[in-house]
Formats: sequence, structure tokens, C-alpha cells
Amino acid sequence: MNAMTGHMRDTARLGLGASDAPPALSLAGVSKTFGDFAALSGVDFDLRAGEIHALLGENGAGKSTLMNIVAGIYTPDSGTVSLHGQPVVIQGPSDAQQMGVGMVHQHYKLVKPFTGLENILLSHPQGSFRAARERILVLTKEAVDRIGFDVDLNKPVEHMSVSEQQRIEILKVLVAGAKVIILDEPTAVLTDTESARLFEAMHNLAREGHPIVLVTHKLSEALNHADRITVMRGGKVVRTVLPSEVGEAELTELIVGSTIGSRGYKGCTPGAPVLKLRAIERHDSRGGALRNLTFDVRAGEIYGIAGVGGNGQNALVEVITGLGTADAGNIWLQGYGDVTNRPSEQMRRCGIACIPSDRQSDALAGELRIADNYAIGGVIKGLYGSVLKVDRRRIEADTREAIRRFEVMGVRSAHQKAGLLSGGNAQKLVIAREFSGEPTLILAHSPSRGLDVRASSAIHDHLRAARDRGAGVILISEDLDEVLMLADRIGVMNRGSIVAEFEVPADRQAIGKAMVGHG
Amino acid sequence: MDFLVNWLANVPGFAVPFALAALGLIVCEKSGVLNLGAEGYMLAGAMAGAGAMLSLDVHPLVALGIAALFSALLSLLFALLVITLRVNQVISGLVIVFFAQGLTALIATSQGWTNRSFSGLGELNFGPLSTLPVVGRIFFQQDIVVYLTVLVFAVTVHVLRATHVGMRLRAVGENPEAADAAGIPVGLYRLGAVVVGCMLIGLAGGYLTVAVSKIWVDGMSGGRGWIAIALVIFARWQPWSALAGAVIFGCIEALIPRMAAIGLQLPQYFVLMLPYVVTLGVMVWTSLSASRHSGQPGALGQPFVREERR
Repeated sequence: MNAMTGHMRDTARLGLGASDAPPALSLAGVSKTFGDFAALSGVDFDLRAGEIHALLGENGAGKSTLMNIVAGIYTPDSGTVSLHGQPVVIQGPSDAQQMGVGMVHQHYKLVKPFTGLENILLSHPQGSFRAARERILVLTKEAVDRIGFDVDLNKPVEHMSVSEQQRIEILKVLVAGAKVIILDEPTAVLTDTESARLFEAMHNLAREGHPIVLVTHKLSEALNHADRITVMRGGKVVRTVLPSEVGEAELTELIVGSTIGSRGYKGCTPGAPVLKLRAIERHDSRGGALRNLTFDVRAGEIYGIAGVGGNGQNALVEVITGLGTADAGNIWLQGYGDVTNRPSEQMRRCGIACIPSDRQSDALAGELRIADNYAIGGVIKGLYGSVLKVDRRRIEADTREAIRRFEVMGVRSAHQKAGLLSGGNAQKLVIAREFSGEPTLILAHSPSRGLDVRASSAIHDHLRAARDRGAGVILISEDLDEVLMLADRIGVMNRGSIVAEFEVPADRQAIGKAMVGHG
Repeated sequence: MDFLVNWLANVPGFAVPFALAALGLIVCEKSGVLNLGAEGYMLAGAMAGAGAMLSLDVHPLVALGIAALFSALLSLLFALLVITLRVNQVISGLVIVFFAQGLTALIATSQGWTNRSFSGLGELNFGPLSTLPVVGRIFFQQDIVVYLTVLVFAVTVHVLRATHVGMRLRAVGENPEAADAAGIPVGLYRLGAVVVGCMLIGLAGGYLTVAVSKIWVDGMSGGRGWIAIALVIFARWQPWSALAGAVIFGCIEALIPRMAAIGLQLPQYFVLMLPYVVTLGVMVWTSLSASRHSGQPGALGQPFVREERR
């Protein structure tokens, strides 16, 4: 996927022949259950000094759970964890940190109102506050220079973009002086250039004696950057392979157990425009500013919006869904005319559906049941009875049907809390709900962020199906591969406006240039 | 002029209980524990202070210490409920209030402390300074706790803002998962914050009996704990703003007896209602101007459980 990185591995550097030294990290027979659910059963894994070891698998395969055990977040039910040949019992995150294990989690563990530096300082309470602050600042700056990160350490985390927040997380681990570094889906939110830089840093770190576990579901990352690949499926290790031994197809088969049909660009037959944005202006807000934003979306096409995060994507979503207001310009919707600054409920009634980028906080109520989360849209439209009585039985039947049709896995009952779903399945639930009203315009913001191959492909298929049905689809994504694969037309968003539009097949380099240009 | 000086000279005595209680609440809530039991801890402190004065015949400052300790003891029950057992914090806080109302009345009656006056805490002697016109009366005829309160505020602000302990405490209240990942013992920090916070609230209660009324009457905190809770919201969890708010409420409370003294006739209940009217007004004003960050700790009221699958 990171074709631009095109990083060739320097196979000669690997001291992998020195297998007589004990592995930096080794797990034997690790099992873990949550209630009735066996998340891990008898997993063996080892990480050698100096290597980047990719842990590959679908969502719910147990990758994160396994690494959370090493990071002290969970305690295993059985099995042993050894560091440098010594069996250890990791009692908690601070224990793990002291033993030299550092993990960058997929869901960032940052204190929002604190600055980046304060967040790093939090785990280093040695010495007086002022001295510690100075010391950590020096250490952090050193790490920043080493990796070539661009980050403002004195900015509160709540004002940072997702990728900036991730940089803080990585710095936290580096400053803590971790010997073993675990990165959980580190490139999910990075641009190509940033990913390339990160991998460069990872190779340097591995060479300096900080072996790295790279938890990922991106095949290309594992193939291009890992020294070894361990594939997990259903809480078990399938196989550990060398990247040189396997091809993409074979690896995919190891991951999903069956081959997924090849996906390629299929032509579309666009109709008349369903949405027209004209000269939208929005002053700077938390979602970013919009400047003279103009574009059309036609029925039956997927309009891809590529761009580096933080260039106004959030503001765009808010303006179209009615969650935020535009300061100037207007939005025209087919069949409804000028709908500028209508409240979000009316926008929904006009047939606009939205798949937000942060599904856990913006799309689902984690404490509520799956059925309630699914039915809420229908309840508002009056689909499930009146104000006085809600037809529970129909809600449950429809939910079960949707769960089946959209292949939401890990559901024991429709009464289960939605917050317990893993990323991919939560997203499928969101899509099932959003698509239930046959919307005329679908706004999908990073719909496959953090999802595995199978879930992403399912979600892409759903978006294509909606397009083929005649809906206009806006796909906002920081993942250029995703945009290139799905979109029928591509607009590049930079500093709050669409700076360039491309017809497919588009030139990847040209798009990349427009994404980062300052003209 | 006389009226004004008399009035202002009385303000600190009325402001101190609000200020200390609000500060105690801020310490507690910065750790993410919502504490609605302030009224209860104030009662506990007030009763314990009066009891110590009457039965143990100790120095007033020692009695204040006992007030704080008794409140801390009561807070352990609250901590057990909300930190160890993870009971709903709103309900636990309310339970503490009603429990303390009954408990203090029971103990005070059985010990015969009710309605017995004692000498209590006197003003600090500043010699010639206290006879200065206007200034002397307002600034140099106060008891020691008034000055200590300012010091306690300064120390608390410093600890919260510029020490490891303070920063970690705030982290626990904002995002316990992140704090946990940073190796901070979340439960321990919350326990510490609850105990220290409730000691301050108990001290505020003790001040009511030991320094102000010099007598114990059942339920004598008279809703000041609730006002302190409102004050904290008004102050956006910032100690210095809370102190300013406490002074404003002190001004209102001090005004009531002054107005009676100069013979201004106002219905008694209107006067008693005034602090709550101001509280209501303040709450409305705060929520209207809440377009900015409200300052509320991110994890306020949320119990922390480590091993839950999300």
C-alpha cells in the first residue's frame, strides 16, 4: 500500500544468524478469555534482537490483545512471557515500562488538555518537577530530531490532529527508553511521506537494538518492512514466515483462511449532480477552516477527497451534515434546493447519511445496546412505532437481519453493548444503520481507518453498491490507496479548499503534489 | 462608612468556609471523583470541632484538626463505595449527606453537645496594626485561619500546577486510562484526593463551629456545602476563581446581619433565600458563557476499571 515508500530492505544488516542469543521477547502458550470469548488460545511468539517483526491478522484475530498482555494492560490466564530469556510476570503498565517494553496503542492514551510535553513527562516523575521537565524536553527533542518528526510539543493534545497525537505517543515510548517497542497499527493515520519517515526511523531503531513488533493489517507494510511476519487468525498463530518466502496472495490466504476476489476499478455511469457546494467559507474552528470550497457530486459516482488530515475535512463533514454552519457560500441538494445551514436532523431527512471518522465517539453510543444503536435512525423517522410505543420486536428482527447482511461479527446478542464491538464490526454496524434508509448522498470519512483487509473490502463493496444503486458518495480519506482504488473522480483538499480535481485513472504523483503543495 | 467597614470586616469569616469547602471539592474532583457529599463532610467537621472543644477542652486549632480528621474518616466510607466498589458517584455522595445528617445529630445529642456555647477561636493580635483606620479593622482583626486559608490556596495551586503529584492527579481525572498506561496508580491517587479534599471540607465545617458560631446546632451547615458545589462549577475548577466566588458569597452572607443591625426591614425568608438566588444566577450565567471550555475534568464521575474490553 505504501508504494511511495518503496523501501528496500537491507537484508545484509540483519544479525538474525545470531540465534543463540535469547529472543528479546518470547511468549509461550499464552491464553486469555473475556467472559465466554477466547481471545487468545495457546499463542507462541518470539521477537529477536534487531528485527522488525510484523504481527499480521484481521480485526479480532487477537493481535492487540496479545500485545496488550506484553504491555501489562491485560494479565494472561495462562502461559509465560519472557524478556531476554528471563521469564517475567508483568503486573501492570508501569511494570512493563520498567522492564523496557513500550507500546503505542491504537487508541491513543493521551490526556487531552495537557500539552504534548506534559503527556510525555507524565510517565517520568523522577527528580524535581522543573528538572524533570527540562530533562524530558531535551530527550524528546533528541528523539524528534532522530526521527525527523514535525511536532509542536507545547500545543495541547486536544488541538492536535490525529497524526500529531500519534507522534506524541511514539515519542513517549522512545523517551521512556523502551528496549522492545510495540506499534499497534502505526500508519493507519499517517500520510505516505510520514509513513516512509516512520519506517526509516523504525529500521534505525531496530538496528540500534530496539526490536519492534509491528501490529498491522496492511500486507504491503509487512512485506516491505518486516524481517519476519507472524500471521494470527481467531486467537491463534497461523504461521511465522519470512517476507521473501511469500507473496501477497499467499499471505492474504494465511490471514483470512480463504482468498478474497480481486478488487479493481469498475466504471461508473454518473447522472445529474445531487450535491453542489459553492464557495463555502468557514472561519477557523476545531474542525479547521474552509476557504472558497466548491465541488459537485453526481448521482452514481464516488467522489474521492484526498488530503492530509487537518486540512478542513472535519469542517467539510460538519457543514454538509448540518452539525456545523458555513459562514458564507451555499449548499444545493437535488430535490430540496438550497439547504445551507439546515440543522442536522433536516439534512438527514433530505437523504444525507454520514459515516464519521471516529466511529466509537461520533457514530455509536457505546453504552447502549447494538439494537438501539441500529434502530435510532429508524425510530426518529417513525419506522418503529409512534412516540407512545416503540416496536421492540421489529427493531430486534431488523437488527438481526442487518447483523447478518452486513456480517457484523462478535455479536452474541442484539442486547450486547455496542462499545464491545471491535473496530471493523462497529463500522459495519454504523454502515448498516446509515444505509438502511437508502440515502441519496453518503458521506464517508476514513471509513476503513484501522480495519483489516476483509472488513475494508466489505465496506468498500458496500460503498460501491450504494453508488451502483444511484447514490452520490463522498469518500474522504487520508489513505491515498483507498481513494485511488474506489473513487470515480478525485478532488484534493488542501488548506480548506479543493485545489485540484482528477479524473480516474489519476496520476498518483500529481495528487501527492497537490496534497502537500503550498501554492 | 461605618456600615461599609463593619460589613467588609465580617466578610472573611463568612468566606472561609465556602473557600475551604470549594477547594476541597476541587482537589477531589480534579481526580475525577464527583463529590456531592460536601454538606455531609461540613456537618461532620462542624460537629467534631464543637465536640472537641466541649469534651476535650483542647486548643481551637487542635479542634479544627480533629474536625478535618473526622471528616477524613467519613470520606473513607465514600472512597470505599466509589473507588473500590465503583458505586454510582452521585448516589454515593447523596447517601453521605443524609448519613452525616443523622450521624452528627445522633452523636451530638447523645454527648450533650447540642446548643452549648464555648469560647472558640479568637482574633490574631497584630498590636498597633489592628488599630489602623479602616484597614486595621478589615485586614488585621481576623483569626489565624483566614490567613492560613490564603496560604492553603497558594500551596494547593502550586501542587496542582507545578508538581509531579499535581500533574498526575489531573491526568487521573482527565483520562484514567492514559494515566494508568503512564504507570500512575489511579485508585491510590483518587483515594488520596478524596481524603485530602474531604479534610479541607471538614476543616471548613469545623471553622463554622469553632470560629464563627461557637456553638453546635443540628444541621447547622445550612446548605453551605451545596453552595460550595455550585461555586466549583462557577469557578471552572480553578482554585483562585473559587476563592473569588467564596468572597462574593461571604459578602452576601455578611450583609444579612448588617442590614438587620441598621434596621433595614426585609422579610426574613427573602434574606435567607438570597445566597441561593445568587447560586442559581451564577449557574445560569456559567452555562450561558460555557461556549468556552468548562474546565470540568474529562473523567469526572466515571469509575475506572482496567480490564474491560472496548
